[in-house]
Amino acid sequence: MTTPSSSVWTARLARAVQIARWYARGVIGADAYDRYLEHHQRSGCPAAPMTEREFWRDKTDRQQRNPTSRCC
Amino acid sequence: MSEGPVSARKIKSDPDLPPVAVEEPPPNSTPSKLTFGVIGVLGALGWVMIAIVRGERVNAMWFVFAAVCSYLIAFRFYSRLIEYKVLKPRDTRATPAEKFENGKDFMPTDRRVLFGHHFAAIAGAGPLVGPVLAAQMGYLPGTIWIIVGVIFAGAVQDYMVMHLSIRRNGRSLGQMARDELGPIGGWAAILGVLSIMLILLAVLCIVVINALAESPWGVFSVAMTIPIALFMGVYLRFLRPGKVSEVSIIGVALLLLAIVAGRWVAEDPTLHQVFTLSKPALAWWIIAYGFLASVLPVWLLLAPRDYLSTFMKVGTIVLLALGILAARPTVQMPAITEFASTGKGPAFAGSLFPFLFITIACGALSGFHALISSGTTPKLIEKESQARMMGYGGMLMESFVAIMAMVAAVSIDQNLYFAMNSPVGVNGGTPEKAAAYLNSLGLVTPGGAPLPPADPAMLAQAAKDVGEASIIGRTGGAPTLAVGMSEIMHGVFGGAAWKSFWYHFAIMFEALFILTTVDAGTRVARFMFSDALSNVRGLERFKDPSWTVGAWIATLIVVGGWGSILVMGVNDPLGGINTLYPLFGIANQLLAAIALTVVFSVIMKNGQFAWAWIPGLPLLWDLAVTLTASFQKIFSSVPAIGYWAQRQRYADALAKGEVLAPAKTTGQMEQVVFNSTVQGVLSIVFAGLVLVVVAVALWVAVRAVKAGGLPTTEEPDTPSRIFAPKSFLPTPAEKEVLAEWAAAGKTPTAVGSHAHG
Repeated sequence: MTTPSSSVWTARLARAVQIARWYARGVIGADAYDRYLEHHQRSGCPAAPMTEREFWRDKTDRQQRNPTSRCC
Repeated sequence: MSEGPVSARKIKSDPDLPPVAVEEPPPNSTPSKLTFGVIGVLGALGWVMIAIVRGERVNAMWFVFAAVCSYLIAFRFYSRLIEYKVLKPRDTRATPAEKFENGKDFMPTDRRVLFGHHFAAIAGAGPLVGPVLAAQMGYLPGTIWIIVGVIFAGAVQDYMVMHLSIRRNGRSLGQMARDELGPIGGWAAILGVLSIMLILLAVLCIVVINALAESPWGVFSVAMTIPIALFMGVYLRFLRPGKVSEVSIIGVALLLLAIVAGRWVAEDPTLHQVFTLSKPALAWWIIAYGFLASVLPVWLLLAPRDYLSTFMKVGTIVLLALGILAARPTVQMPAITEFASTGKGPAFAGSLFPFLFITIACGALSGFHALISSGTTPKLIEKESQARMMGYGGMLMESFVAIMAMVAAVSIDQNLYFAMNSPVGVNGGTPEKAAAYLNSLGLVTPGGAPLPPADPAMLAQAAKDVGEASIIGRTGGAPTLAVGMSEIMHGVFGGAAWKSFWYHFAIMFEALFILTTVDAGTRVARFMFSDALSNVRGLERFKDPSWTVGAWIATLIVVGGWGSILVMGVNDPLGGINTLYPLFGIANQLLAAIALTVVFSVIMKNGQFAWAWIPGLPLLWDLAVTLTASFQKIFSSVPAIGYWAQRQRYADALAKGEVLAPAKTTGQMEQVVFNSTVQGVLSIVFAGLVLVVVAVALWVAVRAVKAGGLPTTEEPDTPSRIFAPKSFLPTPAEKEVLAEWAAAGKTPTAVGSHAHG
């Protein structure tokens, strides 16, 4: 077996950064709009999806109507 | 012989789709047995070192070994037992997330991401505070309870409640209580939850206030979180919508700047004055904040605060874990102190049973989690079987946070620990008086030798090191944890000059999420209250959440509820934490009793009588603890423990015109009489409500046994059309199924992509 070249290591590092970013965005919920769009596309709904601005407004408005508890 | 995949069953719900579920027996291969053998040996070694060998120098690393190995074994064996024998999740059933997927609040979410999400939602200030206070009885009783408690009670509760909620369209604990126990039990549960929330919020506020009183540095940096959050809110709404990561990074950077700037404020003579606030003043500021924050739009304050507190929470916990691994501190506290048996500890009164078990609630058994495990996470989970890693696994993680808090508390100097955790009314408040008080306690080293006498200069220096005027009588746990954290962290990052930064970093992060809890908790309590009110004839309009006047009235009443307990606590001459913390613990554990009662009833209704001990055992234990504690708080003749005895003692003295220490004036005497009356009444109300819930559940159980089972409100099956592995790592059979999905050109977790075709 040959030792991986530096370009392989760069690729691995890039992959690790990508995974870390995906994870952090998921946990704090920063990917909500991307996932909404993906869902919208899949659902085949004929109406246009909400814009990014509309989506986030709608999201906080929903939070306003359905408060959830944080733990002590 | 090859194992695993051969005996696995792959199940399809639709012949045109790849399998949606894999059923396989628990892993039983030689490598797995070997791994668990090694884990078992390491864990046993950890337990032997902290429980039996002890000695003068115990390294905190043994705590980590004992805890982590016990968790792994419990996760592998006990949670599996619950899964296979009791809950029997079926991955062919669609979860609420799949069934109602709307791209918004119902959405199958990657299990690893959801685990982080769930953990961030359950972990708060609780697991960091309780163990610190419980450390007064020594490191061993608290550590055993945190680990054994989470395995047999806390994680069981979280897991089972989550499973029930998944099977019931993601309904909340209150709704499930009403559905399963009928109207009386349901109403008692909802009233219980509401009153318990008020006391929880009040005590959390006292924790913050005790950390911030007379501390201009702390007040400034915590106050700055408000404009920072407002800025983030406006940024996300108008400037760059949806750029959550970006604004969170800016926010965290500003927070760190606010911590650094706090020192400049503390050193500036004018600003020092402005930001030095007394406890009652801070109480009123927090009450005003609680009201305003919970009527302001969510996007302006709460949503950005949530991002900040998630970042800070996860970041700080990871930092603390790395710090403990790097610093490997030596334990300063004996395994068991005499306060465990005398019940005269300065941080909280009462002996080991039952008071240790209510002081450490979060981390071992936290009723509050039942509110998160039902409702939120079930709407995001991909597969029923994943509830084991979320519910059981997530709670194990929180327990580990509690272990770290315990390590931080027991690795600081004992004299310092007791100086911080005794009320000023008891220790005198000045370094000289406090040192004399500490020397009268008869403290001993872990090896049993008398502790070197306390030195006033050391107490003064300790305060100076962390940039405070005084740290004597800073009860509530948060400041002690902050000192412990600064001790551990400064050795790893920054050196001695950074002690004060780390101290204020820890204070800030605790205050940050306690204030977020206050905001969110007030909103939830207001909705519950409005909902309850709307059942009264003539007040139906409270049902409408868009009715602003109604929302304001309900908010005022809720804030008035926790605010009055808060004001009572900060003015208490006996120290708010000493008297109110037990009530907080009792309340949280009673909530757990309600949750476990609901679970127990459902298991009985299902006719699974042979397995009813799994929720039944922790329920029985929890009831024994909370009802004994309530009983002692109500009926004990010792004034330090019993609220009514306390009331009587002060009322009698007041009638004779005497003033009893630590009260200094007649007014303070009246305060003690009033406070102990209110606390006594609350104890009775909590215990009464829970007894009603339990009585109803027993009745349900008896009917269930007679009838050989009763119908529950479990929703009928909806076949699942998605696939995801059960736990963090896919098994070989699950990998094969994932490969089948890939070969078919389909995303395994994409709901509806095939249904609409």
